[in-house]
Amino acid sequence: MASVHAIPSLDEQYEFTAESKRRLIIGIVAGVALVGLGAYLLASGAGSHEAHHGAAHAAAGHEHAGAHHEYKWTTRLWANVWVNAVYFTGVSVVGMFFLSYNYLAQAGWSSAFKRIPEAMPAFLPVTGLIMLAVFFIAGHDLFHWTHEGLYDPNSPEFDPIINGKKGFLNKPFYLIRMVAYFGLWYGLWRVLRNLSLQEDLYGGTEYYNKSIKFGTIFLVVFGVTSSTSAWDFVMSIDTHWFSTMFGWYTLASWHVTGLAVMTLTVVTLKEQGYLKWVNQSHLHDLGKFMFAFSIFWTYVWFAQFMLIYYANLPEETIYYRERFSGYGEKYLVTFWVNLFLNFAFPFLVLMTRDAKRTTIFLKIAAWGIIVGHYFDFYNNIMPGTVGEHGGFGPIEFGMILIFACGFIWSLSTQLTKANLVPKNHPMLEEALHHDI
Amino acid sequence: MAESHGSASKFLVGIFDDDDVVLKAVKEVKDAGVRIHEVYSPFPIHGLDVALGHPRTRIGIAAFLFGLTGTLTALTLTMYTEKLDWPMVVGGKDSYSFPVYIPIIFELTVLFCALGMVGTFIVSNGLGPTVKPLMFDLRTTDNKFAMAIDLGKNKLDETKIEQILKASGAAEVNVKQF
Repeated sequence: MASVHAIPSLDEQYEFTAESKRRLIIGIVAGVALVGLGAYLLASGAGSHEAHHGAAHAAAGHEHAGAHHEYKWTTRLWANVWVNAVYFTGVSVVGMFFLSYNYLAQAGWSSAFKRIPEAMPAFLPVTGLIMLAVFFIAGHDLFHWTHEGLYDPNSPEFDPIINGKKGFLNKPFYLIRMVAYFGLWYGLWRVLRNLSLQEDLYGGTEYYNKSIKFGTIFLVVFGVTSSTSAWDFVMSIDTHWFSTMFGWYTLASWHVTGLAVMTLTVVTLKEQGYLKWVNQSHLHDLGKFMFAFSIFWTYVWFAQFMLIYYANLPEETIYYRERFSGYGEKYLVTFWVNLFLNFAFPFLVLMTRDAKRTTIFLKIAAWGIIVGHYFDFYNNIMPGTVGEHGGFGPIEFGMILIFACGFIWSLSTQLTKANLVPKNHPMLEEALHHDI
Repeated sequence: MAESHGSASKFLVGIFDDDDVVLKAVKEVKDAGVRIHEVYSPFPIHGLDVALGHPRTRIGIAAFLFGLTGTLTALTLTMYTEKLDWPMVVGGKDSYSFPVYIPIIFELTVLFCALGMVGTFIVSNGLGPTVKPLMFDLRTTDNKFAMAIDLGKNKLDETKIEQILKASGAAEVNVKQF
């Protein structure tokens, strides 16, 4: 029978305790220290690269000859910032994506914990500003297509293929797009958030109907911008290469990571004594979401890989070759870690019904997905930016810590700003009786 | 739940008008010590399977095993034909290059699983070209809910059970012989 949780009060306030703030600050400080250590090690060891620079240069081949002629250790630092910024941009925007499609589908069950996806996109301005700053500071090092000579027929660097992409890949249009993505995503989130907060105050279905409208607008916007932002943020790094699956692929990666973050937050809050009305059926559905979209990600990953592998076109295959056997097999481990943590692991952990209803299994699977998809972006961004100079050291760990703690801080702050029960949500009653 | 009733069996069928009533009645009838054969409804009722005390379905295990059979069949098929029996080099790849066969493995897994589940559905519901299904009341396909009680498997007598059914909200109680 339905385990209907009696809900003692429609008011529950999340408290962002001084203790958790202290921990997050320690995390950020530790992250900064690690990045500092990593940067020191790289800067002091930079001279040793010169000896074999020539050989590596030649091996990298034509595509990277231009990008690497002036490799600086700071490129690795900026590449790391970029990986994390892209990753957390995705996690944040997926909160909005989740809210929007739940509004459009008029889903009831998700309103029980809708404050959590609602709190996620608040981090967007942070990652947006960071990405803009990185593009201005290190765009030349990270993005091969920003080199002026590529578009000049008289330059030795002239590249007819990249010159053909000039209409899309040029600095002004790129910056306009970047501002537009973050502006639209964040702006539409603010609209939905305000409607949701007003609904708490005044009630009525008017806010719900408006939310459906703005959610739908967001979905139309995101339908285009999720693909184009994936090309801009990730695919344009490997400028020659392109894949028509890439937009979907990045969306799948972002989406499943966002779902894992959402699930982990719900489970953690429940363990802290909040969200008592969220029952096993809600957790079961969140587990299904993670399970299904892990498989979806794998499907898209494989669809992209399969066609390139089968068709055997050298200019396409180079992308996988760089990640598989290129740069002295530097990315081979993360290549397999990516596939294991994002497919095999959640697939096996979450397969049974009981696992999806048990918090410990949900936590294990969510952590697997969260870590795994970091490596997805790491694998897509690092070979094209730092290539043979890449690695996984203090600088990578530190940067993850800084961004993760910042994201948790932003999420917690947003959670304190609203009642954890969307008490006038028209679907709340249905959500409280959710039973599958 | 294959319905095999070799000898003639006699059922009491309580007809209910409302899904909430029938759900409540299941508990009351069970509490009164009556064994319920099955409840029939035009649509799924949330919590009914739990109220009836049905054991957890093993259909997932069946699906997994059918799927596994498909996976192994596809692996054997591709490996035998492409590697052992008649090795072929296509597109400069090794004669058994695993990624190429993933779609086949996937499709055969799905196919075996789907066909196996159709079979499972037919068997577990007692359907088939020669099987005559038990139909307690035709109206359960429209707007009524029926609770069937096998008198042969109950210690209480017919009148007592009829009283219990009526008391728990049955609009009518019929006798059905098979």
